[in-house]
Amino acid sequence: MLDLKGYGWTLWDGLQMTLSVGVLALCVAFVMGMLGAWGKLSKSPVARGAAGTYTTVIRGVPELLLILIIYYGTPTLIQNSLEGFGYDIIVDINPFIAGVFTIGVIYGAFATEVLRGAILAVPKGQIEAAHAFGMSRKQVVMRVLLPQVWRFALPGLGNVWMVLIKATSLISVIQLPELLRKTDMAARSTKLPFTFFFAAALIYLSITLISMFAQQRMEAWANRGVRRG
Amino acid sequence: MDFQIIIDSLPAMIGGMGLTIQLTGLSLLIGLAGAVPLGLMRVSKNPLLWMPAYGYILFFRGTPLLVQLFLIYYGSGQFRDQLESLGLWVFFREAYFCAILSLSLNTAGYTAEILRGAIRGVPVGEVEAAKACGMRGVLLYRRIILPKAFRLSLQAYSNEVVFLFQATSLVSIITLMDLTGIARVIAARTFDIYEIYITAGLLYLCVTYGILYVFRKVEHRWSAHQRARDSDPVQEATITASMH
Repeated sequence: MLDLKGYGWTLWDGLQMTLSVGVLALCVAFVMGMLGAWGKLSKSPVARGAAGTYTTVIRGVPELLLILIIYYGTPTLIQNSLEGFGYDIIVDINPFIAGVFTIGVIYGAFATEVLRGAILAVPKGQIEAAHAFGMSRKQVVMRVLLPQVWRFALPGLGNVWMVLIKATSLISVIQLPELLRKTDMAARSTKLPFTFFFAAALIYLSITLISMFAQQRMEAWANRGVRRG
Repeated sequence: MDFQIIIDSLPAMIGGMGLTIQLTGLSLLIGLAGAVPLGLMRVSKNPLLWMPAYGYILFFRGTPLLVQLFLIYYGSGQFRDQLESLGLWVFFREAYFCAILSLSLNTAGYTAEILRGAIRGVPVGEVEAAKACGMRGVLLYRRIILPKAFRLSLQAYSNEVVFLFQATSLVSIITLMDLTGIARVIAARTFDIYEIYITAGLLYLCVTYGILYVFRKVEHRWSAHQRARDSDPVQEATITASMH
């Protein structure tokens, strides 16, 4: 086993922070994904344009740069625009909220594509049949679309989660004490960088393995009513 | 918005983009050279071959690239004496070398997994036909399986190229002056944070969609023999849809 020189609990604290950021960011990503998918499939050109711009920009710009833009750029933008109105205040964003928001918004773009695909995967005939029975739009969504969409979206959302949780390591650049930042601190004070970064790698790997296992179980459960072959 | 600062810093940023593209290109070449043997090992039935490849792919896909970068750049310091006696320390103390090494190892893992999927996706009938013609082993792979697998993996590989291109921005954390590194320095000096970062973001955006455009052209070329046959509109629609 790796000798962590008593820094095991430091990494444990970091892991908890990583998981909290990850889970909350996944919720943000899901909400953004729903909005994005709704925009992409909407009849309104404004909504389609907004959703299209959102996914295009997020996919085209590196995550690290987006984190820097949101964390350092937003306060400056607010300050500069307030200065224009004669206010002179200093805006600071909490790194935790900035981290959750940034990672959530970035992966919301990926969730958008997943959810859009999942909505399109529901056979059109079923929706037409539901309309023919006299269901309202809301009823069609609640009774026909949503129960199936989450099943089609599950593999894609599982992928989003696994990429997202690894991406939380990037927010160590905005000083949030998550796993990688805690590891970095421990590595510096013990002068054993390889030992500690390897330990961090193994922790991330365990998260991935547990997530893969959980995803398999959830997919099996979600598809329990589906006949194969 | 201060446009003067954008115009003034544009030459430096384009220079940074040069390093970004150089890192991407070199890592992709080295990574691809590693990925082909890894992918072949992964589909082998011999446990001595597939198990190490499986472990490698799992490690590099299952951990964050930033951790891999730190493991090589900072972690090598723990073995400084051993590396010095082997004469390798001159490489490991350079951030540039560590960046290329970790990016290459990382993309090799992802690309090997893409190749594994593509090799599995080669139609059984084609392999059987080749065997019936008397092809076996290396010849079968060289003539039938690998060319088909490369074509099948093109779309997934284009995503990997874009992913790696954007991931090179992480090297700015280990002091390299790529586009993100230059943008961070200028932003820290001038405090024109969003002007600089948004300009850098737009440069990344242009190159990203440039890469995707080139891949779409290549895929179009490589699928010429299929297009002639599948001329019905439904098939065409699915082909174009799958290219996005």
